[in-house]
Amino acid sequence: MQLQAQAQRILLPAKPSFIVLTLALGLLFNLLPWRSMTAVPDLTAMVLVFWCIHQPRRIGIAIAWSLGLLLDVGNGALLGQHALAYSVLAFLAFAVHRRILWFPPWEQALHVLLLLLAAQALTLVIRVAAGADFPGWSYFTGSFICAALWPVLNFLLLLPQRKPEIVDENRPI
Amino acid sequence: MEHQPPPFFNRGPAPLVRLSFFVSLAILLMVLDARFRYAESVRQVVALAAYPIQRVAMAPVDLFNGVVNYFGSAAALRAENAALRTQQLRAAPELLQLDALKEENNQLRRLLDASERLPRKAAFAEILYAARDPFSRKVVIDKGSQSGILPGEPVIDDVGVIGQVTRVYLLMSEVTLLSDKDQAIPLQVLRNGLRAVAYGGAEGGMLDLRFMAANADIRNGDVLVTSGIDGTYPPGLPVATVARIERDAAYAFARITLAPTAGTDRYRQVLVLSNEAKPPPPEPEQPARKPARPKRPRKAE
Repeated sequence: MQLQAQAQRILLPAKPSFIVLTLALGLLFNLLPWRSMTAVPDLTAMVLVFWCIHQPRRIGIAIAWSLGLLLDVGNGALLGQHALAYSVLAFLAFAVHRRILWFPPWEQALHVLLLLLAAQALTLVIRVAAGADFPGWSYFTGSFICAALWPVLNFLLLLPQRKPEIVDENRPI
Repeated sequence: MEHQPPPFFNRGPAPLVRLSFFVSLAILLMVLDARFRYAESVRQVVALAAYPIQRVAMAPVDLFNGVVNYFGSAAALRAENAALRTQQLRAAPELLQLDALKEENNQLRRLLDASERLPRKAAFAEILYAARDPFSRKVVIDKGSQSGILPGEPVIDDVGVIGQVTRVYLLMSEVTLLSDKDQAIPLQVLRNGLRAVAYGGAEGGMLDLRFMAANADIRNGDVLVTSGIDGTYPPGLPVATVARIERDAAYAFARITLAPTAGTDRYRQVLVLSNEAKPPPPEPEQPARKPARPKRPRKAE
């Protein structure tokens, strides 16, 4: 249970099955055949940041690392590249999780943008060090799209926790 | 008794400790993968775990294609059918003569004491998806070591070479496209037999023909085919056409850009050619470890 600054309402506890489902959907989205488009948002990273902020006791660095490893193999990338980026991402999300919830969603999106850009820059540094070419500035577009989607994602992922358990028309609050 | 905090305050190791543990694990994996290639077994295991998710991720695309096919009008199909039939008819004379020409070629080669060209086996495969890695150019096909695919085998489509199998999983394989930065292919100009090597990594999916002298006989629009001297690619497969030539007197080499003939954007069906037909290497000197054979009486010379 946690207080939302804007809504001022007490949320239901998140269901573990819902967390797993959303992370799996994020993975599916990332593994869709994207035909070498560069500006595809990294939905797995975004869902991961969301749960690291909202449920830091359930989703942590270990899960982020394993998800990253799955993506590394699925994309044929350098083994450990996503794993490293996602661990750092989860750590940063954990570091800001207490203060970020006091901001409205649009300002949260700015925080999230910085986190995602940091993770992408880390990946870039690793790959360039391993001998790859710089893929151009459009590489960072995905993070901006992610940040723009953050308020929508925030709303959707919190929906199950906003549902009242007992519907009672006569209840005062 | 030692004082312990109550268990509900216990949150495990500090976040920074966890981060350093997982970061060092990731760095270890990366070094093993990039420098020593020891991480392949880890990759194989994780690939099996990732396979169901990858197949499920393919489902929406398959569904979309199915719907498009279902509602594709009969007229379009009939037109495509007619076009294919015309194409087949146009190719028929060459195809009909092909067997005779092959036999004649083999006889001539035998006369010249050159080794015969052996036919290669080909495995049909389908491109599942393009790997989502902005730093490299790879596609994943739906045949793996279970279907006998081996790393290093060339992959072609109906118009030319698209790349080479670089990593094989149990049920899938990764194909590195010719336009990848680390990919090179030996070529030959079809017009005059000039040999060269093309490298990927030029912008826009083009290839670079490096180390060609500034006065080399090469023109815009020249067709380049595989030369076959590497033993990996069979000779004579079309690869690219010359798109741009910059000759600058300040440099010893011309800057030549090639446009690949085949593209992975059009069709999803590819052929993986097997490497089995490589001519056997020359017999090495028999080492002494084998038990001595009974010596045959040699003919007097």
